[in-house]
Amino acid sequence: MSFELPNPIRPAFTEPTDDSHVIVNIGPSHPATHGTIQIVTELDGEKVVRTDVHCGYLHRGFEKECESHTWHTLIPYVDRLNYCSALINNFAYCGTVETLMGIEITPRCRYLRTLLAEYARLADHLTCIAASLMELGAMTAFLYLVTIRDYIYEHMADVTGARVTHSYGRIGGLAHDLPAGWLERLGQILGQYEDFVGRVHGLMDRNRIFIDRTRDVGVLTPQQAINWGFTGPILRSTGVPRDLRKDTPYLAYAELDFEVPVGIKGDNYDRYFVRMREMDESVHMIHQLMDMLPGGPVTVDDRRCVLPDKQLVYSEIESLINHFKLIIDGPQVPAGECYVAHESANGELGFYIVSDGSGTPCKVHVRAPSFVHMGGAHLMLDGYQLADIVPTFGSINMIGGECDR
Amino acid sequence: MDAGKLDALKEELAGHGLEATVSHGLLVLELEPGALPETAQKLRTALGFDLLLDVTAVDWPQREPRFDVVWHFYSTRRFQRVRLRVKVGAADPQVDTLTGLYGSAHYMERECHDMYGIRFRGNPDLRPILLYEGFEGHPLRKDYPKHREQPLVPYRK
Repeated sequence: MSFELPNPIRPAFTEPTDDSHVIVNIGPSHPATHGTIQIVTELDGEKVVRTDVHCGYLHRGFEKECESHTWHTLIPYVDRLNYCSALINNFAYCGTVETLMGIEITPRCRYLRTLLAEYARLADHLTCIAASLMELGAMTAFLYLVTIRDYIYEHMADVTGARVTHSYGRIGGLAHDLPAGWLERLGQILGQYEDFVGRVHGLMDRNRIFIDRTRDVGVLTPQQAINWGFTGPILRSTGVPRDLRKDTPYLAYAELDFEVPVGIKGDNYDRYFVRMREMDESVHMIHQLMDMLPGGPVTVDDRRCVLPDKQLVYSEIESLINHFKLIIDGPQVPAGECYVAHESANGELGFYIVSDGSGTPCKVHVRAPSFVHMGGAHLMLDGYQLADIVPTFGSINMIGGECDR
Repeated sequence: MDAGKLDALKEELAGHGLEATVSHGLLVLELEPGALPETAQKLRTALGFDLLLDVTAVDWPQREPRFDVVWHFYSTRRFQRVRLRVKVGAADPQVDTLTGLYGSAHYMERECHDMYGIRFRGNPDLRPILLYEGFEGHPLRKDYPKHREQPLVPYRK
């Protein structure tokens, strides 16, 4: 049986290997794939024989667009890579540019970035677990998790002004300091988190239906995971305790006490559990950071990248020119190249930037974990049931914005 | 990353005949195109760089050879990174594939081929990944105009 796709892709295979097999196209728009992804599958009954995974439907020329903006004005674009944890993208990007400029951020900024990055990771993991549980029919667990996520989004909006795409990082610091009373509310939300996540543990962990659908499904071995470039919770679910926050500490992670949870089998259940445990570790880190948070400014005093105080812009010519140059020409980043990676919610998020010494990037490349994970996704899909594609895909947590850029 | 570990790795690379320079906390190796497969093999087996993180290119339109092809590796044992760089000309932008050594190279080489038109010798599957079949040109080359549009479906008037 030959088969033609009404899609702009050329599938890797169009003929089934056996007469009794059929080829089925899933996506790019499918209610069970949260993200535009296309999976061409060959099925033997309901068993998946092989798959060909296509992404790119959300490609919007991020890297090309960056080359015609200043280093500063592309920060809002960075938010839209992994829009479930936009702050981690913000801080990784700003950290990369700061490395190339040789800027050391202030202590308060360092701790605040760490705190907010962990808060963003919490929101990201909540989203991922909630969505993948809902796809298995666990509507109550979904509602518990997105309730707490919504508290976090509203709370983040209090500090950044936006629920999802925050654009809160700045080269050399942060947009502004925390508003009054923010940390008290943070303590309340973390308390509520314990309540809600405790209920989800009670509903899911030993749930027969959940275990049947996820145990020994989508298994990845540590060797496969490393060979195919997996990082983050997926790599850790196979039992490899690799975490950039521990291995090459950046921001304030070296001063924090936390564990790196790992799985045993590398299946969907382990990926669920590793994320659940990582959220607990994030909360533990946030509690420590709330106590450690030092005073002082959140932004460095460096006229190469930080806008002068508005009052000075209106009253003295040097600051006016400074403001003007930073807006029109952008911060001047010394010529050179730099790769900096942060542990994002999905794995290693790396920025590789090349500067020719001007205010506009020569190149901004994103090493997006979702894209690399999609390259190895077939390892977790082949050999299992058609219905397993949905929970497995959910447990990878592919984010279209960062995968397709 | 502390300087001692970097120096130790630099010495070790020198022992394998590889001259590295330090750049912002990682080591950079400039290679001749022919030396790539052998170097990657050494990095993977002898030096423990088991994770291929990233493949990309940089376009320098005024320069000959025009492209830098750039690989980033990470070692899950040493917690260190290495960058490989190979210069290729615009007339025949070809380098060897690393798909035999690293599974992750499959998708990333396809992306690099999409965006810069770099061909990876020995990679049998360089179908478009972020772009679509029939897309003309390579959008991240500097001479590709940003505003050029190639819609698959005509815009509504």
